[in-house]
Amino acid sequence: MNFETLIFYFLASIMLFAGLRVITVRHPIHAALYLVLAFFTAAGLWLMLEAEFLAITLVLVYIGAVMVLFLFVVMMLDLDLQRLRQGFWQSLPLAALVGGLMILEMVLVLGRKSFIPDFASMEPHHAADYSNTKELGRLLYTDYVYPFELAAVVLLIAIVAAIAITLRRRKNTKHQDPAEQVKVRRADRVRMVSMPSQKQSEE
Amino acid sequence: MAFAMPNLTPALPEIFVLTMASVVLMADLFSGKNRFVAYMLTQITLLGAAWLTVSTSGGEIVHTFSGMFVDDVMSDVLKLMTYIAVSAMLVYSRSYLQLRDLFRGEFFALVLFAMLGMMVMISANHFITLYMGLEILSLCLYSLVALQRDSAQATEAAMKYFVLGALASGLLLYGMSMIYGATGHLELDKVATAIQQGDGNRTILTFGLVFLVAGLAFKLGVVPFHMWIPDVYQGAPTAVTMFIGSAPKIAAFAFVVRLLSEGLPTLVHDWQGMLIILALLSMAIGNITAIAQTNLKRMLAYSTISHMGFLLLGVLSGNNGGYGASMFYVLVYVMMSLGAFGMIMLLSRQGFEAEKLEDFKGLNQRSPWHAFVMLLLMFSMAGVPPTVGFYAKLSVLNAALSAGFVWLAVAAVLFSVIGAFYYLRIIKLMYFDAPQDDSRIQAQPDMNLLLSMNGLGVLALGILPQPLMALCVYSIQHSL
Amino acid sequence: MFETVILSLQGLLGPVWPLVYSMAKIVAIVAPLMLGVAYLTYAERKIIGYMQVRIGPNRVGPKGWLQPIADALKLMTKEIIIPSGSNKALFILGPVLAIAPALAAWAVVPFSPELVLANVDASLLYIMAITSMGVYGIVLAGWASNSKYAFLGGMRAAAQIVAYEIAMGFALVGVLMAAQSLNLVEIVKAQQGGVFSWYWLPLFPLFIVYLIASVAETNRAPFDVVEGESEIVGFHVEYSGMAFAVFFLAEYANMILVATLTSIMFLGGWNPLFDFAPFTWIPGFFWLIGKVCFVLFLFLWFRATFPRYRYDQIMRLGWKVFIPVTLVWILVVGAMMQTPYGYLFH
Repeated sequence: MNFETLIFYFLASIMLFAGLRVITVRHPIHAALYLVLAFFTAAGLWLMLEAEFLAITLVLVYIGAVMVLFLFVVMMLDLDLQRLRQGFWQSLPLAALVGGLMILEMVLVLGRKSFIPDFASMEPHHAADYSNTKELGRLLYTDYVYPFELAAVVLLIAIVAAIAITLRRRKNTKHQDPAEQVKVRRADRVRMVSMPSQKQSEE
Repeated sequence: MAFAMPNLTPALPEIFVLTMASVVLMADLFSGKNRFVAYMLTQITLLGAAWLTVSTSGGEIVHTFSGMFVDDVMSDVLKLMTYIAVSAMLVYSRSYLQLRDLFRGEFFALVLFAMLGMMVMISANHFITLYMGLEILSLCLYSLVALQRDSAQATEAAMKYFVLGALASGLLLYGMSMIYGATGHLELDKVATAIQQGDGNRTILTFGLVFLVAGLAFKLGVVPFHMWIPDVYQGAPTAVTMFIGSAPKIAAFAFVVRLLSEGLPTLVHDWQGMLIILALLSMAIGNITAIAQTNLKRMLAYSTISHMGFLLLGVLSGNNGGYGASMFYVLVYVMMSLGAFGMIMLLSRQGFEAEKLEDFKGLNQRSPWHAFVMLLLMFSMAGVPPTVGFYAKLSVLNAALSAGFVWLAVAAVLFSVIGAFYYLRIIKLMYFDAPQDDSRIQAQPDMNLLLSMNGLGVLALGILPQPLMALCVYSIQHSL
Repeated sequence: MFETVILSLQGLLGPVWPLVYSMAKIVAIVAPLMLGVAYLTYAERKIIGYMQVRIGPNRVGPKGWLQPIADALKLMTKEIIIPSGSNKALFILGPVLAIAPALAAWAVVPFSPELVLANVDASLLYIMAITSMGVYGIVLAGWASNSKYAFLGGMRAAAQIVAYEIAMGFALVGVLMAAQSLNLVEIVKAQQGGVFSWYWLPLFPLFIVYLIASVAETNRAPFDVVEGESEIVGFHVEYSGMAFAVFFLAEYANMILVATLTSIMFLGGWNPLFDFAPFTWIPGFFWLIGKVCFVLFLFLWFRATFPRYRYDQIMRLGWKVFIPVTLVWILVVGAMMQTPYGYLFH
């Protein structure tokens, strides 16, 4: 066993452990944090596959953005753990049945020898000057430019849809308009009134 | 590494629609309260896209974007029909949307984006493109359903649609990745040749196919993956229901045909069996459950399920004649569906949704012409001659018979007889019951005209189905 | 001399040598950094003091030079109070998660063409990924404290950091377009040739956005609503002693980090001010230190000058001003590179 294999097993076991904890741990925040750990170790595994761009993007996007927002939401929700667990035992038999069936099918299909790929014929390591990022970029902007642009459209739609669904102007809010505030002139706020000075009453 | 600029000409309609969708967004932002600008721009876009599609169609199969995009006769015909369906949908729903504060720029932009997704699906020649098109379409539909934010029903429907749709996308992707793992290709024709040459593990291919078909079934809404359809149809604003029930079915047909007959033709015996079960169950459950409905939108949802079952009858025959029959069926179905939902919107007013069956009581006394149009549409949906619905059903049954599934054809006929009951019930309500409210039916002239054309078209096509049928068969023959 | 020491050590330690050598390098980066943090606090108090016509700390040691040491001792000897009802494990984990990214990012920062711990090809991406993880410490600290004020502070901080991270990322996209590389060493090398070849000039809008966003990223004034003293809201209100000190360290280590990154990306890194005689005599390392100090001085100056932003104004600036500005400038850079004037941006 060389050093690389050792690292692989180290990362993989952490990842499996974290993945298991995501679904077994009681508290949703802890589950989310274990998911972060799982992502992190997955990124490590990808690094070992020389896919450094994907690995770093996984950290950047999933850990740095998605999971933060996820934590945000989970923290703000007032989760009633007791209620979430209701009906667990009732649906367990059915769930176990379905799960068992799926495992059986998977074993039947995947258990065959032919499914195990031939590792010996896999590509060897790349040269030192090989840049995974550059290669990915080249492919994305040439051969895969069409789906790449379509993915951009998906993001645009997501923005439009999110705004269309959530943005609504309630009429009774006292909304501040910074532009208006900055534009204000003295004449808008202060009215100079010239009044004759009051005479003291004669009495 | 040399890179040749892809040939953009075949994709001009897509590029145009994308550009115009963005233009609609911007124009709406700067046109103040007047949403009519966005509406007109959308209609102009549809017209322009139609012109581009016709002018770039050459009759032969053209690939571009390194084989991810295909432009053939079938894609041109289906795209044209999609434009027409979307345009009709917009005309029908204009006043409905205005009365419900949904006549907004985002609505039109999202409709155009959704149409872009359909177009991408229609001319996809690659698993990734198929999937991207589907996601673009679905994302727009989810948000369109949820657009009426204050309606709890609509929000619930959108949520269900979204969750189940995401699940279906996952299934599809899983299936696609299995097939990619087995063949090493994502391009449909390359996948087909790889399988033909005996590459790839048969077990994995079948495994992937199961997931693919399940995902497809979800998106089509056939039993047992139909749970979302009734809730979404009922919960969404009628205009959106009409949209979901019309043009996307054309894209779904293209999706099924491209995936199964272009990508996996050698696995025909595997997917044929699955489609038979799906078709049979859909026709049975769709037609029988529809009888129990009192809500018209929900009833039409179950009717959709049964119609999708009929659509699969043609596809599962696995030959060009069958695909042609299915294409004819889907075009006809879209036409009938547009008309039926158009009638619901015609009777709806401010604060009133004419979605109950009772709302159609005595329509004949209120407006004989509209009642007659509805009669034609219902006859056609039920498959009563001489309307086109009869001919459409006949042609898919023919396809099933020619593929040797006699018992399946018999079952289909049986279920369509059961189904005729609930369509005819509406006709009975319209003609033989007393009206519950006597308010006058108000409609914009363009809507009235289109509705009449729609109803008469169902009749005319029923009498003269040959040109459309010939077009369908021709485009299938020159594309697959 | 140095070479012989290294060689003899290498012989002595044998197979563990690479590990030991890496460790030594890490210590060589972290130890000065910690010292830098300590004296940055001193500098801050002095500079702001003079700007506000005060003297600042002047009691501990000559001219108050030992003040940071005294502060550190004080914090170390204080008790760490763990609030009742708090989530103990996460409460302790919070500060650790805050400081870990602030230190880990230094692994790829180049101090001179050769002086870099790990010359990774995608170091720019690495920096972005690692710094994006800093927010966890803050969110968890706010949540685990079991205090509404801390929680509010944590939420504010997280939203703010996520918002400005996007603008920062886009600003860096402009840099990598100009340098055509993700490698920080390459990026600095691409800026050779005096002050007018540095990227602050062709990428001026991005430079400004990056500078301001990095102030917001580190939760410094005028973007310090996170610890808005006047509202007693702050993610670390419940922390005391060393646990608080770790947050403090993380904040200042982050400041030095973003100042260094600004110098590397936009101010030419170790390149001298002008590419001729008297300037080139000074070693590159000192040029970099000088630039970092300049940017840090700017940060302190901001704090002394600007009043605090309101929270909605912070969000508006991040989402509605910075992100569009960066997007437009990326477009401009990309378009200009296709014209004959493209050399201006390289």
